[in-house]
Amino acid sequence: MLTILFDGVAYGMLLFVLACGLSVTLGLMNFVNLAHGSFAMAGGYVTVVLVNRWGVPFLLGLPLAFLAGAALGALFERTLYVHVYAKSHLDQVLFTIGLVFMSVAAVDYVMGSSQQFVNIPDVLQGQFNLFGVGVGRYRLMIIGLCGLLTIALQLILAKTRFGSRLRAAVDDQRVARGLGINVGAVFGLTFAFGSGLAALGGALGAEILGLDPIFPLKYLIYFLIVVTVGGTSSITGPFVASILLGIGDVAGKYYLPSLSSFVIYTIMIIMLLWRPQGLFARAASR
Amino acid sequence: MAPVLETRGLDKHFGGIVAADEVSLSIAKGARHALIGPNGAGKTTVVNLLTGVLRPTAGQILLDGRDITGLAPHERVRLGIARTFQINQLFADLTPIETLGLAISERLGLGSDWWRIVGSRSSVTDEIAELIERFRLGDVMCERTAILPYGKQRLLEIALAIACKPRVLLLDEPAAGVPEDERHEILSSVEALPKDVTVLLIEHDMDIIFSFADRISVLVNGSLFVEGDPDEVARDPRVRAVYLGEAFDA
Amino acid sequence: MSAVPPENARPLAAEVAAFLTRRARWSPLEVVFWLVALASIWLFPQKHLILTEICIWGLFALSLDLILGYAGVISLGHAAFFGLGAYSAGLLAKYGWISEPALALVAAALIAAALGFITSFLVLRGSDLTRLMVTFGVALMLGEIANKFAGITGGADGLQGVEIKPLLGRFEFDLYGHTGYVYALVVLFVMFVIARRVVRSPFGLSLQAIRGNALRSAAVGIAVNWRLVAIYTLSAGYAGVAGAVLAQTQSFASLEMFSIERSADVLLILIIGGTGYLYGGLVGALIYRFLQDELSELTARYWQFWIGLILVAIVLTGRDRIGRWLAPVVRFADEIARWRPGRAASAGEGR
Repeated sequence: MLTILFDGVAYGMLLFVLACGLSVTLGLMNFVNLAHGSFAMAGGYVTVVLVNRWGVPFLLGLPLAFLAGAALGALFERTLYVHVYAKSHLDQVLFTIGLVFMSVAAVDYVMGSSQQFVNIPDVLQGQFNLFGVGVGRYRLMIIGLCGLLTIALQLILAKTRFGSRLRAAVDDQRVARGLGINVGAVFGLTFAFGSGLAALGGALGAEILGLDPIFPLKYLIYFLIVVTVGGTSSITGPFVASILLGIGDVAGKYYLPSLSSFVIYTIMIIMLLWRPQGLFARAASR
Repeated sequence: MAPVLETRGLDKHFGGIVAADEVSLSIAKGARHALIGPNGAGKTTVVNLLTGVLRPTAGQILLDGRDITGLAPHERVRLGIARTFQINQLFADLTPIETLGLAISERLGLGSDWWRIVGSRSSVTDEIAELIERFRLGDVMCERTAILPYGKQRLLEIALAIACKPRVLLLDEPAAGVPEDERHEILSSVEALPKDVTVLLIEHDMDIIFSFADRISVLVNGSLFVEGDPDEVARDPRVRAVYLGEAFDA
Repeated sequence: MSAVPPENARPLAAEVAAFLTRRARWSPLEVVFWLVALASIWLFPQKHLILTEICIWGLFALSLDLILGYAGVISLGHAAFFGLGAYSAGLLAKYGWISEPALALVAAALIAAALGFITSFLVLRGSDLTRLMVTFGVALMLGEIANKFAGITGGADGLQGVEIKPLLGRFEFDLYGHTGYVYALVVLFVMFVIARRVVRSPFGLSLQAIRGNALRSAAVGIAVNWRLVAIYTLSAGYAGVAGAVLAQTQSFASLEMFSIERSADVLLILIIGGTGYLYGGLVGALIYRFLQDELSELTARYWQFWIGLILVAIVLTGRDRIGRWLAPVVRFADEIARWRPGRAASAGEGR
C-alpha cells in the first residue's frame, strides 16, 4: 500500500511538472493550449536521441531537454501563438489541435510509431527496500527532482521581481499593463519556461508514461484535469491536484484495474460540475 | 394602492463590497419613477437584482404582491418585467426584424415552435411592423444589428423591451451615449409609453428626469438616500450637496 | 399608442413577412446541389463507397453544426454519440433484436439522443474550457465502457459478426456499396430537411440569439437552458444516426469511433465548410475527403500533418475573413438565381 502511495506521489509530481506550464498559460492569457503535450513529447524524443543515439549522459540530457522545449516554446510563441491570443476560445482550440495533429504526424514520420525508451543509467534502475517498502530508484529520483523544482518555482513566484510581475499579470492583465509591466514579455518568457518544464517532464516521463507519437493526445485529459481542478491562480493548486490525480490513478489501476480510467473521468466530471472554477480558485467576485 | 413593484431590505454583497444596502423601494402602478445617484451608487445593481441577473444576499422582491426573489430572469419576463441595458445588449448578427420577432414570439408562447417557419404567423409579423413603424426603424430593419448606427441600436434596444409588452419597464440610461441630435427620438419614444405601463428610469440627465418623472429615489453608495416627488428632491439640501449640487454648479 | 393608419401598416407587415419567409425558401443553388447529389447515384457508380463516407461525415458534421454553429457550444467529444449510434445499430443487428435496418436506425438515434439529453445538463454550466473537458470526458468514458465490456462489444477488435439484413426487406447491402450509398444519401437528405425546418423556426432563431447574447436572450423571456438541452439532444440524435449508418453500411463498429481523433476530425470538417448555415458540414466533408485522397497520394499515412496545417492556416487567416472573401461569391450566385424579369421594379417599392 505504501508502495502505491509512493508510486502515486511520483506519478503526481511528474504530472505537475508536465502540466504547470499549461496552468500558467491559461491563467495568464486565458489561452487554451491543447498542444502543450506536444512540447512534452518533444522533450522526450530529444532525450531519446541524445541519450540513446549520441551517448549523452542521462542527467545531462534532462537539462538539454528542458532547453530544447523552452527554445521550441519561445519560437512558436513569438511566431504563431501571439497571433491567436485575441481570438475566440474556439479558434484557440482549433489552432492548438491543428498543431497537435502536425506534431503527431511529424514525430511519427521522423521517429516511427513504436514506443521509445530512454536508456536510464544503472544507478537509477531497480528498487531498494526501505522499512519494508519497495522504493523504485527512478521514482525516488523523480520525487526528489520534481520536489526541488516545485520549491524553486514557488520561490521564483514569491520572491523574485519576475515572479511578482507574473502574479500581477495573472491577477489582472489590464492593471498590470497600466503599471508598466510588459505583459507580452512576461508571457513569452513564461510560455517558454512552461514548455521547457513540459519537455523536462516528457524526458523524465518516458520511462513511466510511455513515449510514442500519440503522447500529446493520450495525456491531454490528465493535463486538463490538473489545470481545471487545480485552478490557475497559484502553484499549490495544480500541485495538490496532480498529487491527488497521481495517487488516484495508480491506486485505481491497482485496486480496480477494470474501472480505473472510468473512475477518474467520473470524478473529473463531478468535480467540474460542482466547482467549475476548480477546487483552489479564488472565490469569484461576481 | 398596492405597489406593483416592491423591494424589501434588498442587500447585495460582493465579498467585502456592499453594492446594495437595505434597498426598500415601492413603485406604484403607472408610475414614472426615476432612480438617480452618483456614478457607482449601485443603480444598475438594483436593476440587475430586480430582473434576476443577480441574486440578492438578503431581502425580497415582490411583483403585485407575489414574491419573485427566487425566479430566474426569463421567468420574470414572463410575469411582465422587462428592461433595457445601459450598454446595448443586442444580437449582433440578427436584423431588427428578427430581433423583435424573437421577443414577440416568446411572449406569445410560440418561441419553442421548431417546425413552423419564422414569419409565417401574421400575428407576429403585424406586431413587428407596428414596432418598426413606431420606433422609425423602417430603413434599417433588414440590416444586421452590428452595422446599425448607435442611435438606431439604442432605439432597437428600447423597442425590444417594449416588444415584451411589459407591465413594468426598467430603463437603464436609455439616452446614454446617444448623440445630441438623436436624443429626441429616444425621449419621445419613452414619453409615448402607454400610461398603464409602470416605468423605472435610471438617468443622469436632469432635464429628462424632471420632465419625465413623477417620483424620484436617490441612491448613494448602495442605499436609498432620499425619496419624494421631483420638487421635494430638487429642494432637498442633502441631495444638492451629494449630487444635484455638483450638476448645478458645473 | 402612436396612431398608424391601417393602410400604412399593411404593406410594411407584408414586407416584414416577406423578408422572413424569403430566408426559408429553397434557393435555386440548394436545389441544384441536391439534384447533383441525386444524380451522383448514376453518374459515379464506382465512387459509391467514398460518397457514402462523405454522407456519413457530412451528417456527423451537420450534427455538430447544430450545437456549435447555431447554439455556440464547443464540444470535443461529439464522437461519443456517433460511436453510441454505431454500436447500437451494430448490436441490434448482431443479436437480432431489431433486424430491419431502418427501424434499427431510428432506435440507435433515440439511444444516442437519450445520452445527449442526460449529458446536456453537464454542458450548461461552466466556461468553454469546462465544457470542452466534460464533453471530452464523456467520450473517453464511453470508449472505456465499450472497451471493458469486450464480451459484448468485441473490445479493441471491434464489433464482429454483424450481419445487416436487407433494407425494408428487399434491398440487400451489397459489397460495392450501391444500396449503402442510396441509403446514406436518403437518410442524409431527410435529416437535412428536418434540420432545415428546425433552424428556420422560432426555436432556431432563439438558438442564434442565445449564441449571440445569452444574457439578452434571458432578458426577453427565453428559457436558455431548456433550449440548449433540446438542441444538444437533437444534435446527439443526429450524430447517432450518422454512426448507425456507418455501422450498417460497413457491418462493423470499432472503438476508434469514440476517439478524440474522430471528435477533432468532425470539428475540423465543420470548420473547413463553415459554421452556421447548415451546408458547412456537407461542404466540409466533400473537401476533407477530397483532400484526404489527394494528400494520401503524396504522403501516405502522414496526411494528418497537412490537415493540421490547414487548420492552423484557417485560424491564422481568420475564419470570418475567409467568410468575407466567399460572401461576394455566394451573393453573386444568389443574385443570379433570384433574377426574374420585372423583379427589379418591385424591389424598389415599399422601402
